Amino acid sequence: MSINSETNGKQNTSGARTHGIDIGALDRPNDSIGIEQETISLEVKDLDLFYGESQALKKINIQIPQNRVTAFIGPSGCGKSTLLRCFNRMNDLVDGCRIDGKLMLEGEDIYEKGVNVADLRRRVGMVFQKPNPFPKSIFENVAYGLRIQGVNNRRVLDEAVENALKGAALWDEVKDRLNDNALGLSGGQQQRLVIARAIAVEPEVLLLDEPASALDPISTLKIEELIYELKEKYTIVIVTHNMQQAARVSDYTAFMYIGELVEFGDTNSLFTIPQKKQTEDYITGRYG
Amino acid sequence: MKDWFKSGDPWIWLTASTVSVSIIMVVGLLLLIAARGLVYFWPANIIEAQYVNNDSTTSRILGEITDSEIVATHRLKDMGVLNLPDLPTVERYLLKTGNRDLTGKDFRWIAQPLIKDQTTPESVVVIERREWGNAYGYLKSIRENGADIAQGDGVLAQLKPRLKRALTLFDQIEKIEKHDIGAINYGLEKLRLRERYLELKNISDPQKRQEIEDDKKELNTQYSNLQSKLSGLYSEIRRDTLVIEAADGSSMQVPLAKIVRIYQPNAMGIFAKTGYYFTKVWEFVSDDPREANTEGGIFPAIFGTVMMVIIMSIIVTPFGVVAAVYLREYAKQGWLTRTIRIAVNNLAGVPSIVYGVFGLGFFVYFLGGNLDQLFYPEALPAPTFGTPGIMWASLTLAILTLPVVIVATEEGLSRIPRSIREGSLALGATKAETLWRTVMPMASPAMMTGLILAVARAAGEVAPLMLVGVVKLAPSLPLDTNFPFLHLERKFMHLGFHIYDVGFQSPNVEAARPLVYATALLLVLVIIALNLAAIGIRNHLREKYRSLEG
Repeated sequence: MSINSETNGKQNTSGARTHGIDIGALDRPNDSIGIEQETISLEVKDLDLFYGESQALKKINIQIPQNRVTAFIGPSGCGKSTLLRCFNRMNDLVDGCRIDGKLMLEGEDIYEKGVNVADLRRRVGMVFQKPNPFPKSIFENVAYGLRIQGVNNRRVLDEAVENALKGAALWDEVKDRLNDNALGLSGGQQQRLVIARAIAVEPEVLLLDEPASALDPISTLKIEELIYELKEKYTIVIVTHNMQQAARVSDYTAFMYIGELVEFGDTNSLFTIPQKKQTEDYITGRYG
Repeated sequence: MKDWFKSGDPWIWLTASTVSVSIIMVVGLLLLIAARGLVYFWPANIIEAQYVNNDSTTSRILGEITDSEIVATHRLKDMGVLNLPDLPTVERYLLKTGNRDLTGKDFRWIAQPLIKDQTTPESVVVIERREWGNAYGYLKSIRENGADIAQGDGVLAQLKPRLKRALTLFDQIEKIEKHDIGAINYGLEKLRLRERYLELKNISDPQKRQEIEDDKKELNTQYSNLQSKLSGLYSEIRRDTLVIEAADGSSMQVPLAKIVRIYQPNAMGIFAKTGYYFTKVWEFVSDDPREANTEGGIFPAIFGTVMMVIIMSIIVTPFGVVAAVYLREYAKQGWLTRTIRIAVNNLAGVPSIVYGVFGLGFFVYFLGGNLDQLFYPEALPAPTFGTPGIMWASLTLAILTLPVVIVATEEGLSRIPRSIREGSLALGATKAETLWRTVMPMASPAMMTGLILAVARAAGEVAPLMLVGVVKLAPSLPLDTNFPFLHLERKFMHLGFHIYDVGFQSPNVEAARPLVYATALLLVLVIIALNLAAIGIRNHLREKYRSLEG
C-alpha cells in the first residue's frame, strides 16, 4: 500500500476514469504517504457496538492518521455514522447502546472509566449532517464552546470568533452582522458557521457527519475546499455517502458494509485498485 | 345532494358555523356585561312626577329610572296596587329614590299608568353621600354652625367652595387616620410583640425594656398629637350643613362632611355628563369600597387579584419548570414516570374547591400553625400565618395550576430538536450546561404558554380562595409603606369573590346589581391584561428563539 504520492496521483485520475467516476473534480494532489508512515491520532481496536440486542458494529479495527482526511463510505445503514459517533462518545446518549473494545485517542482509551466526556468532546469536535446553529447571534454561536469553558473576556472572545470564522471561510460574509441571528444565514453558511463553532474550541480531531448532504452543489464545493484547508490543523474524519466527495477530499478511505470494515487504505488505491469484491461492487455502483 | 356532501361543503359550513357560534357567544357575553356594567356610571336624568296612591291621592316622587319591565296587571293588583287601568299588561319602572335614611329603602317600583305630570326639573340635585346612599332633592339652604348662610338660589354659589373645603379636610383626616395612625398602630403592635417575645424568652434585659418603653412613649405622644389634630379637623369639617327639600316636601340635613359629590344631572349637557361618567369610572377602579361594597370603588379587589396572580406565578413557574425538566430530561422514562405524568394530568381535573380544602387543612392549619409556633410565638394565641392569607391563597392556586405548567413545559422541552442538543454536547457542554444555555431558553415560550394558561385559570378562581384568604373587606392592602412592605400573611380582596359578595350577600340588591356586571367586566379586563402581558413576553421569546424547524 505504500505507493509514493506522485504515481498515486496519476493512478487516481486514470483509475477513476476506468470506473466511470469523476474524482478529479478539485484536481488536488493527495497527501497520503502510506498509513505506516503516518502519525496515528485515533485508533480503534476490536470495537463492537450493540443497540440492545442487535450488533451495529463488528470487530472494527482502524487507525486514523493525524492531519489527514479520512473518509468513511458505504451504503446506508452500514454503521459509518455510528462509528464516527463513537469517536466523541455521542452514542452514550442513545438508550441501550453498549460498546466493547478499545478506542484510543493519542494512546488513551476514551471509553475508560473516569474519562471526562465533556473534555473529550472538546478535543474531538463534530459537525452534523443538518446545520444546527443555536438560535442565538452568529457571534454567540461561535463563542458558545468558549463560554462553556468559562471564557468571558470580550477581547479573547472577539479574537477567537474572528479566527474561527476566518478558519471556516465565513468571516468575509458575516463580519458586518455578527450580532444577527444565525438562523438568518443560508444553509451553506450555517454549515460553515457550525464548523467555525467546532474549530473555535480548537479540537484535535474534527468529525464531519455527511456535512454537505443537505447543501446545494456550490455550498458543497465550498465545504470541500474548507475541509482541504482544515486538515493542516486538524485530523478530519468524514462520513459521506457520496463517493465522488470521498475521492475528492480524503487522503484515506474506509469502506464499510453492514457493520464491518471491509477495506481501508489510501483513497487512490481504494478507488482504483480495490482489494475486495464488495468494495469494487460498491464504487462501481453495483449496489448501495 | 350526494355530490354536495362529497364536495366537502357541508363540512366547511359545519366547522365555520361552530366557530361563528363560539365567537358570537364570547362577544355577546362581553357586550352584555359591558352594557349592564358601564351604564351604571352614567348620570341619568332625575324625573319628578305625581304618583297616584292607592287612596287616589297623589304624592310627589323624585328619582332616576333604572329598570323597566312589562307585568300582567292582575299581578300588580294582587300585590295591592289599586287604580290601575283595565289593560292586560302594564309597564312598571324601578325608580331609584335614594334618601334611604328617610324612607328606609333606595328603590321602589312604580306603575307607568299611575305617573302624572312627569318632568325633569333642572334644579334637582343628586348628593352622593358617604353613608345612606344617594340623596335626591332641591337645594334649600346652607348653614354654617347652625345658622343659615344662604337660601334658595344663592346656595349653589356658596356650596362649591364649601364642599371643596370639606373634601380637602376629609382627605387630610383620612390620610391621618389611615396612614399616620395606621403606621403608629403598626409600630405599637410591633413593640407589644417584642415585649411579649422578651417575656416568653425570659430575657430581663432592662436596657431593651427601657428602649421599648421609650419607643412606646414616643409613639403614644405622636398618637395624642395626631388625635388632637384630628379633633380639630373634625370640628372644622362639621361646620357646614346643607339642607335640602326631599320629594315629600320635608327638609333633610346633610352635613358637608358626609358628601362625596353633588351634581345636577338634569342641568348637565352631554359633555358635562361624559366628564362625570369618566370621573365615576375612575373612582370605581381607584377607590376603596363604601357602604358594604355597594358604593365607591373596587381598587383593593383589583390590587388583591393582580397581586395574588403575580405571587402565584412567581411560585408556580420555577416549580413547574423544574419538575418538568426532571421528568423530561433526567428521569428514566419508564412506568414510574408514566404514572407520575398521568397523576399530574389528573391533578388538573380535580375540582378547585378540593384544593381549597387542602390549602386550608395543610397550608393554613398545619404549615401556618407550625410557622406561628416557631417564628411568631409572641403573637399567639392570635395567629399570624396560621390563618388564611394571601400567601396561602397564592400557594393553593400555585398547586392548582402546577399541572398546566408542567405539561406545557414538558411539551416545549420535547419539541427542542435533538440536533440542537447534540450540537451543544459536541462542543464539550455537559448536559446541565446544554439545558441551561440552549434547551431551556428555547423552551421558554412553551413555559410562558403554561404560565398564560395558569394565570387564566387562577385569576378566575374563587371557590378555593374563600377558604384560604379572601375576605369581603380587607382593612389594608398586602403591600404598603410599613416595613417589610409586603405582608404575605394578610387577607385580601379579590374581584371574583367581590362579585359573589356583592351579588349574593349585599343587603341592597338593586343597588348592587349593576356593580356585579361592572366588577365582572373589570375581572375579565384584568385577566385579559394579565394574559396579554404574558403573551407579549412569549411572543418576544418566540421571536428570539424561533428555530423550531425550520
